[in-house]
Amino acid sequence: MGRGTTAEVSLPRPGLTLIGALSVVLVGLAFGAVMIGPYGLTPGQVLSALLGQGDSQAQIVVWNIRLPRVGAALLVGAALAAAGATYQALFRNPLVSPDILGVSAGAGLGAVAGIFLSLPVAAIQGAAFVGGMAAVGVVMLVGTMVRQTDRTLTLVLIGVVIGALAGAATSLLKVMADPYDQLPAITFWLLGSLASITTRDILPALPMVLVGLIPLALLRWRINVLSLGDEEARALGIEAGRTRFIVIAAATLITASVTALAGVVGWVGLVIPHIARMLVGPGFGRLLPASALIGAGYLLIVDTLARSLAAVEVPLGVLTAVIGAPFFVWLLARGRRGWS
Amino acid sequence: MRFLLMILAVLALPVQARTVTDSAGRVVEVPDEVTTVFAAGPPASVLAYVLKPEALTGWPRALRPEERAYIAEPYRDIPETGRLTGRGGEANLERVLQIKPDLIVDFGSVRDTYIDLADRVQEQTGIPYLLIDGRFDNTAEALRILGEALGVSERGEALARDVEARFARLDALLAEVPEDARPRVYLARGPEGLETGMKGSINTEIIERAGGRNVADDGGATKGLVNASMEQVIVADPDTIVTWDRNFFDSVQDDPLWQGIDAVRNGRVYLSPTAPFGWIDRPPSLNRMMGLHWMAGLLYPDLWQGDLREDTRAFYKLYYHVDLSDDDLERLLAWAEGQPPK
Repeated sequence: MGRGTTAEVSLPRPGLTLIGALSVVLVGLAFGAVMIGPYGLTPGQVLSALLGQGDSQAQIVVWNIRLPRVGAALLVGAALAAAGATYQALFRNPLVSPDILGVSAGAGLGAVAGIFLSLPVAAIQGAAFVGGMAAVGVVMLVGTMVRQTDRTLTLVLIGVVIGALAGAATSLLKVMADPYDQLPAITFWLLGSLASITTRDILPALPMVLVGLIPLALLRWRINVLSLGDEEARALGIEAGRTRFIVIAAATLITASVTALAGVVGWVGLVIPHIARMLVGPGFGRLLPASALIGAGYLLIVDTLARSLAAVEVPLGVLTAVIGAPFFVWLLARGRRGWS
Repeated sequence: MRFLLMILAVLALPVQARTVTDSAGRVVEVPDEVTTVFAAGPPASVLAYVLKPEALTGWPRALRPEERAYIAEPYRDIPETGRLTGRGGEANLERVLQIKPDLIVDFGSVRDTYIDLADRVQEQTGIPYLLIDGRFDNTAEALRILGEALGVSERGEALARDVEARFARLDALLAEVPEDARPRVYLARGPEGLETGMKGSINTEIIERAGGRNVADDGGATKGLVNASMEQVIVADPDTIVTWDRNFFDSVQDDPLWQGIDAVRNGRVYLSPTAPFGWIDRPPSLNRMMGLHWMAGLLYPDLWQGDLREDTRAFYKLYYHVDLSDDDLERLLAWAEGQPPK
C-alpha cells in the first residue's frame, strides 16, 4: 500500500508521461466522438460546422447536440472516477464506489420527487443535487453522534442504512407515480442518460466539480496517509477526522453535481480507479488525474455507443454495467495488483 | 382563438411562417406548409395519423402483425422512431434531426416538466414542438389545434364535430340515468388483472365518459395507475369488468379467486380489441372514441341504440383511413366478443 507514498512527493517522470499520453488520447477520443452520430456528417462537414460555417442543420447537430453531450460525458466520467478513487483510498477498500455514503440514493430520491411533482427540468436537477448532498450530510451527522472506534466502518454502515432508506422512499414514489408519463421518466433517470443534455445543464455542474477537485488535489498527500489508517495518520501528525470530513465533502460535491446532470450512472466510479491504479500505482497524486482522464474517456466511449448503437437511446447505466461487470471480474481474476 | 390565429396567419403571410398556440399556451412558430410531423409518443402518433397520415414520419414502435390490417396500406411500414426524450425518453435527437420533421407534436400531459422539455427540444433542434393536452374531454380541441398546425383544418374541424356529436349522443342518454344507477366498472390491467387506474386517471377516463362508475375511487386522493389487491377487488365487487389483457381475460373465468365477483358470476367481463390501437386505452388517444360506443353498448344494452358492426366500419373508415374487409371486420367483432385472434 505504501508503495506510492514516498515517490509521491516528486511526481516521477513515468507517471507524468503517462498522464500526458492519456490527455492526448482523450483529446483524440473527444474529437472522434464529435464525428460520430446517426446524423450523417462527413468529418469535413463537422469541421466546418465547428468553425461556424456550412449547413445550419449540421451546425445544430454539432453545436447543440454532439458537443454538449461529449462535454457532459467527459465531465461526468472524470468526476465519477475521481470521486471513486477518492472514496476507495479513504475507505481503504477497493469495492467502494462513489455512492457508498448514499449520494446516488439521495440524488435519486430528489430527482424522483421532482419528476413526481412534475417540476421543470432545472428544478429536478436541483432537487437531485440537494438530495445527494443531504443524504451524505445526514450520514456524516449520524456518524458524529455514534460513538464507535472504527470511524470509517461506522460511516459506511450508516451510508448503507441511509441509502436503503432513500431507496425505499424512491420505491414508494415509483409506486405512486403516474406509470404513463412519470414512471418511464423515473426509470430512465435512475439508469442515467445524457440524451437531453444542453449547454445550460453543464454550466452549473462544471464549476462545482472543479471546486470539489481542488481540495482533493491539494490534500493528496494527506489522503495517502489516511489510507494507511487513522492511527498511522495520527502518528504522522495528521488529524484524521477533519481531513476525512473535507475529503468526503469534496467528493460528495463532485458526485452530486454530475449525478444531478446525468442521473445515476453506476460502475464508472468503481471500475475506473482500478484501471488507473494498475497503470500509475496507488499514490493518490497520480491516481486522481489518471482516474479522471480514464473515466472521462471511458464514459465518452460508452455514451457514444449509447447514442449510436440503436435507433433509440440505450440508458448509460445499462451499458456501463454490461461492459463494467465482466471487466471487473476479469480484474479480480488477475489478482489485486494495485493493492499489494 | 381560431379567428385570432387566422388573422395571425394572414398577417404572417409575407414571412414564411405562422404561429400556433398549443394547449400549454406556448406560441409556436410553424412553417407555412407542414409536410412531415414527428410524434413524440404513441398518443401523438394516433392523433397525427388520424389527421394527416401522409405527414407521419414514423411509429413510436413498429406495428404488430395482427394490427397491420387495420392501418391503411401505405403507412404500415413507415419506420419505428421510438419515443422522444422526456416521455420515456428513448429517441435520439440526432435521429430526429436526420428525419428533419417540420413539426414535433406531443399529446398527453401538459404539466411543467413537459412544457420545459418541449421548450428545450425546440431550442436545441430548432424544430417547432407542439404540446397538446391529452385529456379525453379535450379531444375535439386537440383535433382542431393539430389540424390547424398541419394545414388540414377542415379535416380537423370535421373530426372535432364528429367527436363532439359522439360525446353529445352519450350525454343525452346519460342525462336520464342517475349517478347511483350507473354500472360499477373495474378496468383490469396486467396479466393478473390487479392493476387499475384510479378514478380520474387518463387511463380510465373512458369509464366515466361512457356512463360507468369506476370502483377504484378513493375520492381523488390517488391518481394514475395503482396495484390493487384481490381483497380490494372483492370488497369493491364491480358488476362490470373491462380489460384488454388477453391472459387475464382467459384466466379470470376459471380462477377461483374471481368467482365471487358479481361481474364474473354474471358473465360481464369484456375484452377490448387492441388493433390497430386499443379501444379503451393503450394509448390514451383518439382510439378511445371507438371504445366509447362499444362501452356504451355494454353498459346500457337497452338504452344505447347503436349497431356495433356499422359503427366500427364507419369509425375505421373515417378515422383510420381503412375500408375494412368483411373478414377483418368479423375478426374485430369476434375479438370484442371475447375471441381474440390467436
